[in-house]
Amino acid sequence: MALGAIILALLPMYASNYVISIFIVLFANVALATAWAFFSGATRYISLATASFFGIGIYVLAIAHVYVPVPVALAAAAIVGFLVAAVVGLSTLRLRGVYFVVFTFGLTELIHQIINWWEINVNKTTSRYIFTDVPNVNIYETLLVIALITIVGSWYVSKIRLGFALRAIGEDETVARHSGINTTRVKVLCFALSASVMSLVGAVLALRYPYIDASIAFNNSWSFQVLIAALLGGAGRAWGPAVGAVPLVLLSDLLAGSFPHHFSIALGLCFVVIVYFLPGGVTRLILRLYHAWWAEQTKTRTH
Amino acid sequence: MILFEVFIGGILLGGMYGLIALGLNLQYGVARILNLSYGEFFLGGAFTAFFTIMLWKLNPMLSVFISIPIAFAMSWLIYQYMMIPLVRRSPDQDALDADVVLVTFGLFFVFQGLALVNWSGDLRGYSFLSVPVNVLGATVALNRLVAFLGACALAAAIFLVLRYTRVGAALRAITIDPVAAGLVGINVRRFSALTFAAGGALAATSGMLVSTFISFSATSGVEYTLKALIVVIMAGVGRVTGTLAAGILLGVVESLGGYLIDPSLTIAINFGLFILILLVRPTGLFTRA
Amino acid sequence: MAGREQIILSIRGLRKAFGGLVAARDISFDIPRGRIFGLIGPNGSGKTTVLNLITAEFAADSGSVLFEGKEILGLQSFQVCRSKIARTFQLVRVLPHMTTRENVMLGRMFGSEPASPSHATREADQLLERVGMAGKADMFAAQLTYIDQKRIELARALATKPELLLLDEWLAGLNPTELRIGIDLISRIRGEGVTIVMIEHVMEAIRALCDHCVVLNAGEKIAEGSPQSVLSDPEVMHAYLGVDDAAA
Repeated sequence: MALGAIILALLPMYASNYVISIFIVLFANVALATAWAFFSGATRYISLATASFFGIGIYVLAIAHVYVPVPVALAAAAIVGFLVAAVVGLSTLRLRGVYFVVFTFGLTELIHQIINWWEINVNKTTSRYIFTDVPNVNIYETLLVIALITIVGSWYVSKIRLGFALRAIGEDETVARHSGINTTRVKVLCFALSASVMSLVGAVLALRYPYIDASIAFNNSWSFQVLIAALLGGAGRAWGPAVGAVPLVLLSDLLAGSFPHHFSIALGLCFVVIVYFLPGGVTRLILRLYHAWWAEQTKTRTH
Repeated sequence: MILFEVFIGGILLGGMYGLIALGLNLQYGVARILNLSYGEFFLGGAFTAFFTIMLWKLNPMLSVFISIPIAFAMSWLIYQYMMIPLVRRSPDQDALDADVVLVTFGLFFVFQGLALVNWSGDLRGYSFLSVPVNVLGATVALNRLVAFLGACALAAAIFLVLRYTRVGAALRAITIDPVAAGLVGINVRRFSALTFAAGGALAATSGMLVSTFISFSATSGVEYTLKALIVVIMAGVGRVTGTLAAGILLGVVESLGGYLIDPSLTIAINFGLFILILLVRPTGLFTRA
Repeated sequence: MAGREQIILSIRGLRKAFGGLVAARDISFDIPRGRIFGLIGPNGSGKTTVLNLITAEFAADSGSVLFEGKEILGLQSFQVCRSKIARTFQLVRVLPHMTTRENVMLGRMFGSEPASPSHATREADQLLERVGMAGKADMFAAQLTYIDQKRIELARALATKPELLLLDEWLAGLNPTELRIGIDLISRIRGEGVTIVMIEHVMEAIRALCDHCVVLNAGEKIAEGSPQSVLSDPEVMHAYLGVDDAAA
């Protein structure tokens, strides 16, 4: 994997701008999907709010970059995402999973409406301009690093106590509680961590847009795409969502520009198929095939 | 005086919210399916009414002859072929909720995508019975009043069915304990499928009623799904009697809040109420603790 | 006798109502340290409710529970566990998609003496040996038989290093051989200084293990004493069997 990372890091020197753009979107989706699976994959608390935090990141950057250097604005985006998620988490994660899902379902619309109102009534504007000139290559490298850190971070956490706590919560939260796990603290912390990554990604991507408004920033499609990528690839492994993100980004590049609504429909159907036929995602399928192949290999060797 | 008018308006609107939520409460309470694509059925009813009056120049209320059968059939098919496999493979309600949420979220995208492809994102509205009438001293539009009365009539009908018929008793039994209901000979699958379908039909009907006085677009579905979800959770899952009251509460708070604070912050106000209820009485306002 | 022994858990006036149903009404008793204490009574008498109140699965309406002198009502479940009170569940609960070893490790990592995963792995293997599950450490918990799942649930509870162990019908559904092994295991756990509270219907186990019993019926305590005395108490027999059958 380290080799792959180095290859990817050097790619921009040889590739066209178009290819770089696709990879930018790919890395963004990988980071988002991995962050989503980090919390929702393990705990089974399905968050439909990816778009909310993504949009928060975009907005914080759009506002902050006027006053502070870009890196500071990026950090601010991550922090704001973390705080908003902590508040949402503290109010809803103490209750049954279904309340959390319903709340995250509406969160994007809620924030969209609030920001719209704030922009129109307080700031007398509907869109914001982004006055930066960050070259695509830098965005590429930044997102590559973020995606790698998210995947490695997710893998690392799965090996330490926190990872066990997350999985236990997803398996049987009552058992987790009675085994000494502070389930509320674990849930809120991990939800907020995953949200801060999402906000960071949104902020970085915002650097590519000349201007943004609330409708561009807060679009439920992001929640949905990320969900598909994570489930298609398999939310159980750290590298699963990354695998799922690849076909998704390719498909989106082909369809989304010309037929955005058809893309939505195709995604929806694809999604329904995943839930019914591939509950563990592609990674589980791959692993099963791999183990079967490995069993065959060891069998032939002993004969 | 204006405050009183806003208040009455809130009650009328709230009655509608109660009706919208009623269908979802039936779907979740009896069939145990949390349908995130519910608002799209609502929208189907609204669009059918719109085309009925705009294209065919007929009374939009007649559109229910088309939208109810379609909504009923589609919902029934969805339950039979998409939901039953999930119900069968889920070990408990939480696992079922997770699967159902994902599938219905996907359906929501499919339906919304179809709506956008066919009808574009433009705002639609039409004028029907928009004459002012006097209710208890407040001036309201006739269409809102008619919609409210329709909602009350439907809610009363559902209440009577649940209370006084055998079918109603069976549905109430399933809501309380589906396993036990099955053990006393109730065909849970069949009733769940029919109730789920009825919920979809209710959604379409309320869509028709609301379309007479509120404009909508192909992306409006989400908003109504959210309102229905909020009312259902406030009333308590499976509690049909409380749904209308909780809907009225939401309508009044939204109208008063919109008037006192800002009309473009309705969702924020809805969520504010929602959070408050969740923090204080998560089992629902009308459940006996 | 009660005055000389140390009391590890002291329950006073415990009450819990679910709507109109009073599941526990003014329950009071003391649990002496280092003993095996039986909590018996017919189905629905409130035994599991008492356990759930102690472990904060539900909030009590009123009353007090003192563990080693400190009030634990009002703590959250994970805090009760960390205070060295462990429990098993009436319907066995394991983490189905995690291995047997990982199930037990959980208790060790997050219990009263938190440990790292590597440390927990070693101790989990030792505990699995004790409950006779060493060979199945790498199997997924969902693949185990019901009895084996009960064993790892016990191992998980022990992994939290409790001073008080609450067993909810842990011996239910065992054949005579398994029952003897189970009774022996519980006895050895007591031998290591752990106080045990058993909710049980298996009277053979109650007589063999318990030093002291409390009998509940319809949410109220109706008898207390040694197994011999409570099991021959006519009111207890009435509660279990009904008036006519008890008289027979």
